[in-house]
Amino acid sequence: MLSWLDTIIQGVLLGGLYALFAAGLSLIFGIMRLVNLAHGDLIILAAYILLSLTASWGIALVPAVAIAALALFAFGFALQYFVFNRTLRIGILPPLIVTFGLSIVIQNGLLEAYSADSRRLSAGALETASFSIEGALNIGVMPLLTFASAVLAICALNILFYRTSIGRAFRATSDDPEIVQLMGVDNRRIYALAMGVAMVVATIAALFLGLRATFDPTVGPARLLYAFEAVIIGGLGSLWGTLAGGVVIGVAQTIGAKINPEWQVLAGHLAFLGVLMIWPRGLFPRAID
Amino acid sequence: MALLSTHRLTAFYGDFQALFGIDSHLESGETVAIIGANGAGKSTFLKSLAGLLRASPESVLFDGKAIGGIPASAIMRLGISLVPEGRRLFPSLTVRENLMIGCYGRDVRGPWTLESIFALFPALRERQHIPSTALSGGEQQMVAIGRALMANPRVLLCDEISLGLAPVVIKDIYRVVPNIKATGASIILVEQDIVQALAVADRVYCFQEGRLSLAGRPSELTRDQVHAAYFGH
Repeated sequence: MLSWLDTIIQGVLLGGLYALFAAGLSLIFGIMRLVNLAHGDLIILAAYILLSLTASWGIALVPAVAIAALALFAFGFALQYFVFNRTLRIGILPPLIVTFGLSIVIQNGLLEAYSADSRRLSAGALETASFSIEGALNIGVMPLLTFASAVLAICALNILFYRTSIGRAFRATSDDPEIVQLMGVDNRRIYALAMGVAMVVATIAALFLGLRATFDPTVGPARLLYAFEAVIIGGLGSLWGTLAGGVVIGVAQTIGAKINPEWQVLAGHLAFLGVLMIWPRGLFPRAID
Repeated sequence: MALLSTHRLTAFYGDFQALFGIDSHLESGETVAIIGANGAGKSTFLKSLAGLLRASPESVLFDGKAIGGIPASAIMRLGISLVPEGRRLFPSLTVRENLMIGCYGRDVRGPWTLESIFALFPALRERQHIPSTALSGGEQQMVAIGRALMANPRVLLCDEISLGLAPVVIKDIYRVVPNIKATGASIILVEQDIVQALAVADRVYCFQEGRLSLAGRPSELTRDQVHAAYFGH
């Protein structure tokens, strides 16, 4: 019985990582209805930037995350402003093709720069630290930190969305990108800011991905798939729903792995299909779409 | 010098030409009504002034400066606000948030604040925290007007603010036009309801198939002149 409880707790904590993968995707889709097929690769790009800052330049992990987050905010802003914005006006297919192209460019760029070797980030003793509850349940500090970061990131995004004037502009732009211009809002700038914020969340996701497992230039699309599933289970555009979606996939995967280690990935996808069969619009659909 | 003027203003939707060389002007403090049948180009005219449709640079002058072709968000910051046709409130924002976003790009001191808008439309005060979609049509129109006023615009453009509303509600909405005029704002009203428009306007333009068919003061225009300009026969 306790071992099942342990499995579920590990699954919930793993869900935090998937929610971090998905939060940026959810944010971007919610505001500009852009499906960013390069999102997984952008996370991997962030992981390699963190690797360079820490391993090659010798910067400590925390300041390295801050530097990478700032750099990726600027990169995301520029990417949206100068590239993606040009595609948004001309239908739904061009943005898909451009983000797909970017995904290939990032993968090949990373292969060229870092080779195909698997890498990982290092956090010293923290990586293996754990504590036990009642002497029976062992909880890793790193998975707990991952989950706490996901909750904090989603809280921060909710405050940004619902408590600030820029958040009002984000929501209004999502509602009506034409009329919002009459309020003095430059929607192209709002989109660029949103992509910048999504890249900051992607940097946090990259940190915990790199600490938990190895990565190489080609693993981005698989992260994207988990992120997609989490966003869709949660209900498109709902941030807390995205966390719930991540947890559903995480728990399904750990339960699947407990039954048979080969079933881990499959169990996550089956849970995704199962949820969609019962709730086709996800667990927390937006009232207005 | 006119506060806002157009010079041979044209507008296109793709290959379709909707406006053919409109010359018009709005003096400071003046209220001008634009009347005309469906498809005459009235809303297109307002969209061109507000920057939602691109106009050629010299075809729109505001305060002596050419503003044709600059983005809508920049025109709003200069002090021209549009109350769009069909209200177009933001459904995921509350009533209060809809009003507050009105001054996002232009937060200038003036007569219009949340408080003075609630004084103008008392019905909105108690409903300020509910989603804008839960309001009646008339209340939504009040929010749309309030949202545009929040920027304390020098020119207020109103596109069919009586559309789809019951006569008693239209009266309520038009009751506030003199209050808005009293703050010194200039107003351009696009209306199909000729009686309402002529009652509050200092001058009238009538549009017909994208061209100006009549201009003058309401008191100087005869019923037959308006009829001919409106229907073209």
